[in-house]
Amino acid sequence: MAVAHDFEYFRPQTLKETFRLLSEYKDKARLLAGGTDLAVYIKEDLEHPDAVIDLKHIAELKKFEISADSVFIGAGVTFSELLDSLKLKKDYLLLWESARSVASVGIRNRATLTGNICSAVPCMDSAPALLCYDAVVHLESGRSARQVPVSKWWLAPRRTAIKTGEIVVGVSFNKPKGKHVGCYLKLGRYGGEDLAQAGLGLLVTDKQEYRVAFSAVGPVPTRAQKIEKLLNGKALSPALIEKAKALLPSEISPISDIRSSKDYRLHMCQIMLERGLKACVDRLNGKKVDTQRLLGG
Amino acid sequence: MAKIKFTLNDEIRTIDVQPNEILLDVLRDKLGTKSPKCGCDRGDCGACAVLLNGKSVRSCLVFAIEVDGQEIRTLEGISQPKLTKLQETFIELNSFQCGYCAPGVIISATELLEHNPHPDLEEIKEALSGNLCRCTGYTPIFDAIMKVSRKEKK
Repeated sequence: MAVAHDFEYFRPQTLKETFRLLSEYKDKARLLAGGTDLAVYIKEDLEHPDAVIDLKHIAELKKFEISADSVFIGAGVTFSELLDSLKLKKDYLLLWESARSVASVGIRNRATLTGNICSAVPCMDSAPALLCYDAVVHLESGRSARQVPVSKWWLAPRRTAIKTGEIVVGVSFNKPKGKHVGCYLKLGRYGGEDLAQAGLGLLVTDKQEYRVAFSAVGPVPTRAQKIEKLLNGKALSPALIEKAKALLPSEISPISDIRSSKDYRLHMCQIMLERGLKACVDRLNGKKVDTQRLLGG
Repeated sequence: MAKIKFTLNDEIRTIDVQPNEILLDVLRDKLGTKSPKCGCDRGDCGACAVLLNGKSVRSCLVFAIEVDGQEIRTLEGISQPKLTKLQETFIELNSFQCGYCAPGVIISATELLEHNPHPDLEEIKEALSGNLCRCTGYTPIFDAIMKVSRKEKK
């Protein structure tokens, strides 16, 4: 399909050069990482930038470090690169499982984690994991740098806390204290590539700390704080899980759309919460759990 | 207009493009490389898949100007100097019907087998989850890849 809209293309090699371009084009510039969202928006006439700035050749943004107690994922790191990391799979399975759920191989080879949180579509797969890890978004503008907790990053569907002239250079988070396990459950219409009807990230520690985050069932992805408060410090029991499920209607606000109805989403979130929590306990006890099978085919 | 230079199926090609030209269109209409197909035109169907620096990408979501200095491989390149074992098996098992999805399926399956020569059925399904086929119901496609997977194992 021919693209009607004209723009200039830049391929900076450094962040410094990128900041200069951003100060010249301001809100008329769009940053291009994997392009799996931006190319669609430009083709479908939803975005009309004067300048497209390709970030793929900036070595600083390819930084991906997993140290003993923290992780930094640069803005240029693709979902495929996350999946290739055995260290990530071993210590941060929740994020690894989220990366595996993104679209298909051909998209994951291009799409970046940072691009995913910047597009800020409510059903993004990476959000529940980042919320559970209390991740921080690193922004730079050339003149200043700041960090925004991911819980304050999304303001509305497709809107984030980024300001004109800034770029997200990466995302970081600390390793939760003590032994921890996690899982990501994605409800799709079928097993293959699909956008989430609902996404649930869970992180559970051996000190009975519970972190619960949802995507696709509200204007922005969020932690379910009432449920966390209820569960924290307690061992899971069928009665406790029932209580947690009963709190769900006050935690999430799903809508009805082409992918499913509001009622179905709410009902399924309760099922996902129950099965996800049980899966986490199984994992804490050393049992192998295939989370892709938890919601059926 | 910008001049870009990249490797297409082992040949160096130089061509003028506008920044807003899509790689899929440039490959097909300007360079005559017709194997990548336009299906959904938004990255969902996989018919336009090509290998960019060895990894499968959706050429409908790549601006041609982005591949300056990079390496592209399409089905035309994979089929040289002769068909691969995978392609021979697709023919032997009559895996495709209309064939529109075939170039994309072969790109995805080739990438899979390069990294994992003996995938099981679940791994094959996962690798092909971004390739839609409306004729076959997928079974004969999976059968062929499974056959190659098992044969390679011996």
